[in-house]
Amino acid sequence: MVYLYLIILLPLVGFLINAFVGKALPKNVSGIIGSSTILGSFILSSIFFIHFVNGTQQRIDADVFSWISFGDFKINFGLLLDQLSVTWLMVITGVGFLIHVYSVSYMHDDENFSIFFSYLNLFIFFMLLLVLGNNFLITFIGWEGVGLCSYLLIGFWYKNQDYNDAAKKAFVMNRIGDLGFLIGMFLILFNFKTLNFSALQTAISATTVNHGLIVAITMLLFVGAMGKSAQLPLYTWLPDAMAGPTPVSALIHAATMVTAGIYMIARSHFMYTLAPETLQFVACIGVATALFAATIGVMQNDIKKVLAYSTVSQLGLMFMALGVGAYTSAVFHVVTHAFFKACLFLGSGSVIHALSGQQDIRKMGGLKKWMPITFWTFMISSLAISGVFPFSGFFSKDEILGAAFEHSKVLWAIASLASILTAFYMFRLVFLTFTGEFRGTEEQKHHLHESPWLITMPLVVLAILAAVGGFMGLPEGLGYHHALKGFLNPVFAQALNPGEDMHGSAHELSASMEMSLMAGALIAALLSIAYAYFKYVSKSEKPNEDGVPISFVRRWIYNKYYVDEIYHLFVGFPIGKLSELFYSLIDKTVIDGTVNYSGKLSVSLGNQLRKLQSGYIGFYLLAMVLSMVVIFLFAFIIK
Amino acid sequence: MLLLGVLFFPLVAALLVYLSGNKQAKYVAFGATVIEFVASYLLKRSLSVGGLQPLVYSHIWITNPNISFALSVDGLSSILIILTTFLVPLIILTTFRKVIDNAKSFYSLVLFMQFALIGVFAASDGFLFYIFWELALIPIYFIALLWGEGRDKEFRNRAIFKFFIYTLGGSLFMLLAFIWLYLKAGTFDISALYNLNLSQNEQLLVFAGFFIAFAIKVPIFPFHTWQPETYKEAPSAGTMLLAGIMLKMGLYGLLRWLLPIVPLGVFIATPYVIVLCIIGVVYGSVIAIRQTDLKRLLAYSSLAHVGLIAAGIFTLTKEGFEGSVIQMVSHGINVIALFFAAEIIYQRTGTFEIAKLGGIRNVAPKFSTAFMVVVLAAVALPLTNSFIGEFLLLYGVYEYNTWLSVIAGLTIILGAVYMLRMYQNVMLGNTNENTIGFTDLHWSELAVFVPVIAAIFLIGIYPKPILNIIQPALDNILTYSLR
Repeated sequence: MVYLYLIILLPLVGFLINAFVGKALPKNVSGIIGSSTILGSFILSSIFFIHFVNGTQQRIDADVFSWISFGDFKINFGLLLDQLSVTWLMVITGVGFLIHVYSVSYMHDDENFSIFFSYLNLFIFFMLLLVLGNNFLITFIGWEGVGLCSYLLIGFWYKNQDYNDAAKKAFVMNRIGDLGFLIGMFLILFNFKTLNFSALQTAISATTVNHGLIVAITMLLFVGAMGKSAQLPLYTWLPDAMAGPTPVSALIHAATMVTAGIYMIARSHFMYTLAPETLQFVACIGVATALFAATIGVMQNDIKKVLAYSTVSQLGLMFMALGVGAYTSAVFHVVTHAFFKACLFLGSGSVIHALSGQQDIRKMGGLKKWMPITFWTFMISSLAISGVFPFSGFFSKDEILGAAFEHSKVLWAIASLASILTAFYMFRLVFLTFTGEFRGTEEQKHHLHESPWLITMPLVVLAILAAVGGFMGLPEGLGYHHALKGFLNPVFAQALNPGEDMHGSAHELSASMEMSLMAGALIAALLSIAYAYFKYVSKSEKPNEDGVPISFVRRWIYNKYYVDEIYHLFVGFPIGKLSELFYSLIDKTVIDGTVNYSGKLSVSLGNQLRKLQSGYIGFYLLAMVLSMVVIFLFAFIIK
Repeated sequence: MLLLGVLFFPLVAALLVYLSGNKQAKYVAFGATVIEFVASYLLKRSLSVGGLQPLVYSHIWITNPNISFALSVDGLSSILIILTTFLVPLIILTTFRKVIDNAKSFYSLVLFMQFALIGVFAASDGFLFYIFWELALIPIYFIALLWGEGRDKEFRNRAIFKFFIYTLGGSLFMLLAFIWLYLKAGTFDISALYNLNLSQNEQLLVFAGFFIAFAIKVPIFPFHTWQPETYKEAPSAGTMLLAGIMLKMGLYGLLRWLLPIVPLGVFIATPYVIVLCIIGVVYGSVIAIRQTDLKRLLAYSSLAHVGLIAAGIFTLTKEGFEGSVIQMVSHGINVIALFFAAEIIYQRTGTFEIAKLGGIRNVAPKFSTAFMVVVLAAVALPLTNSFIGEFLLLYGVYEYNTWLSVIAGLTIILGAVYMLRMYQNVMLGNTNENTIGFTDLHWSELAVFVPVIAAIFLIGIYPKPILNIIQPALDNILTYSLR
């Protein structure tokens, strides 16, 4: 139990040190403190993980202290460690540590270096709290806490008001989702008198629960997930969030925070399983987001924006997996995605670093020659995300597609289309960035270099994980052992009725069917890559410069379907107008006007009286009160 | 004895401050209020030791009409007294860097106000309550009028005078209600009033009298229009006294003197009142989004926050009650820190215009951090004090009506919009000619922020001591309110 506290508290200690005395410390010391606390958490998490794998670790579910309680209202501050949370722990602290190390070099010239590390540490602290809470409200602390850190880090370069706008947008969009989460918690608390995961699961399995209630709860919680995990229609903050430093994009906006929605639904699987309507909705939103974001990704020219839309799209796939009941597959994809997407973001950071801030892929090209390590790690991760055998994405994505196929052919078809687009835009990115001729300035060309080892080392580690990570989940349908499924089984098995299997229905497919689905997906991905090769390498096409006239549909997609503009027109703008209307018309004119009018009325009444008394009404009132006070005090003293 | 000491010590101190002269006034005032804080803490301690029974003091004062000098301090009163004694020294500290004309009068008025506020929270005789209620108005009236900062003196006089007449006029309805109750009960004693059986119409009448007085003081929409201009025109210390403590008188009045006395009237009026409160939440938040003046923005945000507290009280639920008290404390602490931040900005730049500010973070990192923490508390981030308050309040509203809680819940979105927008435009971006020379916090300013920030996290992480001590008192009120 002490070790579990330490896992959470180490990053908090790191935060406090860097926040309070960081300025006085040399940069390297700040960086070492920031990174080593996470390394400590990682080592402790690994010990727990190994014990869980060996079956020598029992699930920990303990209340630490009583937080908000009076009478029969009780919410405790408690922690829960099981196979699901330890999986997330490994990703958060493992990938988190690598990104901290990377940041030591990447952020080295920043004047607010120690503050950056304090924010990163604080983020890890809240993220750990999120996955280790044993009730919804503790998870909610982490949930809002990571939102805060995301806000602080997106707006890290606070002199730029555009970045600050992006930060504020992220916070507000998340708050919209959080309201859903909050109301969902109220429903749970009111009906079951607890927010504790285990107690809730017991309560729900013990009785037959009103079906409408469960649907309402799960839908509201999903609204929270839509905000945090950037799903339609609350996704628009994530592409803007790329304003933050690149390590932040890798850590928060790709590998960890944005998967919180998936964690929360997986954690509440015992409720979602009872609400097929919600699951259907989750699957639809997920697959729609996957396709929608992928189409935008095809048209973007900012290296980080492409990756951002790709993240939105991949998260959509994970939600679809949840929606078809394939919880393990969703978790599996969370893990592999953390490897390859963190690697891609860090790779893009390495590129941006080498080009002194350039993010436009139209101004890149041919970088493979100067940056071989960045290129190869980026390549491996791109192969992984595109679903090429035997890289990790191949296994996790095909598992999701298989589950979708089992559930509905339409879902499968749309998700497959999104995957084909993914392979295309990823290799469009790879080819435009790393092959062909360099299209930047001579000045930049002169300075081109491979990044230092603190940057390339995390890239290599992540690329290796992206390459081999898939072997933790080999397809069961083909007779292999799915290690992750076995590992997570105790978590997801609890809610299942005997004879039913809600997670990962892929194995119900016949082996030949599964084989042909996988082969089909692989061939489609390869064809897609080949098309990108043909287009951008053989024909050396490059995307249009801004201002070149393009067809309406292309312009529509290029401008992200004008969703931001639509939101502004239908939400932001009317609220602003309403604010002005409330203030100038209702407050100043109607309400205050009435008050002043009644005031004037009494004054004119007073003026009539004044003819008798020649006084001032305010003075009289004051005199009255004062004299009353004096009389009473006097009477009191006399007694 | 301690109880009488805690009540009268500020009055004695007010005199001492006046006698100590303009130079020494602030030090004497600060020292006295710190002693008072310690004393009030001891008072709370003696309460816990004595179990659930309130501390009482009663002395017959006037026999005809039957009025006694009766005080009763239970958990609820003691928490609000401690809030008062915690905030007043901080408020005095916020003025340390300022040259105040006729300082001895200023500080003795502040102490006199503290005396009256403690009296309001301690009185258990209706008439005594009324006297303290009105006594509290006098010092703040003079503070706002004579030490106000608005450029336009004529406009200030009108705004402050309007505030005075409006709140005083409202209180007269309360006086009428008390007299009516006296005629029925033959006493102003609170426990007798709690056990009074009035017909429905009588209850509605008394309800109306009290409600107008309390609603103006809180203020509840649409009785709030005195507030933005008064907050803006008063000196910041006056605004802090008003927003931090004085409006809690209205909320406390609702809990202590309205709900348990006329439960039937409350039952009938609640659906309308709660809707008014929640209109205030959304209305205040929406207006705050486009405010251009820092102080007025904070005034409208305060309107939204107290609207939610009042709504929580009218839900007549345990959660709403507990949340309302936690939030009274939290709002008191946070709002004085917010107005202090505004004051610091005004002292250094000479303006409250948001558009003229920006970039302060570049030059004043300590101030930026302190302000950020307070802003986060104001938007009810978990682990800060107001998260506990808002969570319980919204849950109370939820228990009353689901849809109302969704509408009231908009505050967590809108609050983030206007607070972060304000912070961004005031603190972030590049410096300009107004903010380039902005100096970071002075030690006396830091001495205000440190205890405030400590309280923000302490209550947010471990609210149990407060929840525990107010519970018996609130349970008692709830029992009478639901009879």
